[in-house]
Amino acid sequence: MAISPAYARPRTVDSGFTCGACQRDFPMAQAAGSLYVCPACGHHSRISAHERVRQLADKGSFQEWDPDLAGRDRLGFVDTKAYVDRLAEARQRQQLPDAILTGAASICGHPVGLASFDFGFLGGSLSTAVGERLARAIEGSAAELRPFVCVTSSGGARMQEGVFSLMQMAKSVAALHELAEAHVPFISILADPTMGGSIASFAALGDVILAEPKAMIGFTGARVITQATYEQLPAGFQTSEFHHARGLIDQVVDRRQLREVLGRLLAVLGPSAVEGAGRLA
Amino acid sequence: MSSADLGGTAAGEAAQAAWAQVEVSRHPDRPYSLDLVQRCLDDFIELHGDRQGGDDAAVVIGLARLGGQPLAVVANQKGRTLEERGKRNFGMAHPEGYRKAQRLFTLAGRLKLPVVSFIDTPGAYPGVAAEERGQAWAIAQTLEAQLALPTPYLAVVIGEGGSGGALATLLADSVLVLEHAFLSVASPEAAAAILFRDAGRKQQAAAALRLEAANLLEWGIADEIVPEPPGGAHTDWDETARLLRPRLESRLLELTSRGFDPARRRERYRRLDGLFSA
Repeated sequence: MAISPAYARPRTVDSGFTCGACQRDFPMAQAAGSLYVCPACGHHSRISAHERVRQLADKGSFQEWDPDLAGRDRLGFVDTKAYVDRLAEARQRQQLPDAILTGAASICGHPVGLASFDFGFLGGSLSTAVGERLARAIEGSAAELRPFVCVTSSGGARMQEGVFSLMQMAKSVAALHELAEAHVPFISILADPTMGGSIASFAALGDVILAEPKAMIGFTGARVITQATYEQLPAGFQTSEFHHARGLIDQVVDRRQLREVLGRLLAVLGPSAVEGAGRLA
Repeated sequence: MSSADLGGTAAGEAAQAAWAQVEVSRHPDRPYSLDLVQRCLDDFIELHGDRQGGDDAAVVIGLARLGGQPLAVVANQKGRTLEERGKRNFGMAHPEGYRKAQRLFTLAGRLKLPVVSFIDTPGAYPGVAAEERGQAWAIAQTLEAQLALPTPYLAVVIGEGGSGGALATLLADSVLVLEHAFLSVASPEAAAAILFRDAGRKQQAAAALRLEAANLLEWGIADEIVPEPPGGAHTDWDETARLLRPRLESRLLELTSRGFDPARRRERYRRLDGLFSA
């Protein structure tokens, strides 16, 4: 693809960061320093899987699992564009084979299996490759007795993989059975957005469920609900806070405190507890 | 030839075939779960409620026998009259419906009863109250309950198998699909709205999703396609049941007579797509 001179020019001036909620501008360094949470209004911007791992894992601790695991276009799917082309573009742009990054890491010194969804990759949707990499990360965590931490940011099923996408819900839940059998904890973190097949399978099954503030979480999206039922949506519908108030999420945690909260959770649930030193045999 | 291009004959035919599948599966005279439960199973006794404060009529649970074998039964139920359609909510369950199914799985495990499930739902109900009461959580927990069920489990898709709502009672050891039934990641209308921003392009979406039942067999998601009377199940309910009952009996016998291991069910859904070596 030819790059026009306007885009190829090296960026000498910091392009800055604009908050998607309050529209205020900040220097990129300041935005990065506040973990892409708006210093003015507290809005949590969506971040890439790589950025999430940088924020949560101890420096240099992340060892990627299955870096080359990629799926294929099983249905020969074409909508307004061929699925193979969508995949190729997303791979190039996001520097990931599909919409998830997984690996071994430590958080505040506690070893974990870590998975992070990448919303920029086709909406973080559940493909066979995403489901497979997630399942392997869950099983790897079970085998190594590492608490499993998954940060989800996913629109749900990937339409272009049809019923194979649907079956990833079953695959992830089957893998979680192994984790439970090994008595290894699962901490599920819901980031904006966590919808459809993702929240209706693995993401809702955390032993502990945390969510970032004002993340959109739900089975059916607000637009579809309105179209299907003509219902009036209550204020704050499907936000983290909405679900927290209904007993579905344990804590709403600001991204700037997330690592510390995980550290405290892992101190209680971590490997010494997994190995039976702390918890009942 | 792309499935998006309906100008071509092959793609046009594929779209028509896929859409015909959807239309027959939704035919207003098609037998619903209770019509087939009454014709295929013996001594059906309905049970009610999720034991947590709700009894969702979109999901029916109960006890029955088949060829002398006692069973636990779970089914999506649509309504036929205006009044019944309202009561059954068009077969679209709220969280209480999924929790009712979980109760049935728990009961079956404790009493060592095999489970037979009848699937016929457009999907989980997409409404405010359902979301407020944890629709996604209810479905996730039902998936978990199915994969933990210690007894043999047989599912048959008899009409629409829509999305996560269908999956909540589909993860069986053996999956049968009636000839004109379908299973889909989303309804063709919803898929078209997402893919083309136009729910009207549902035929094109149905073709792209390759909704024909035969594909489910080829892909290893279904174990058997059960033939329907000529024209479809709506033409003759008794004949539909006559064709289905021996298949249920034989599959159930197969599941109950071999050394049964529920871990095999988890392995099935773990390896289902067959794209990755272990």
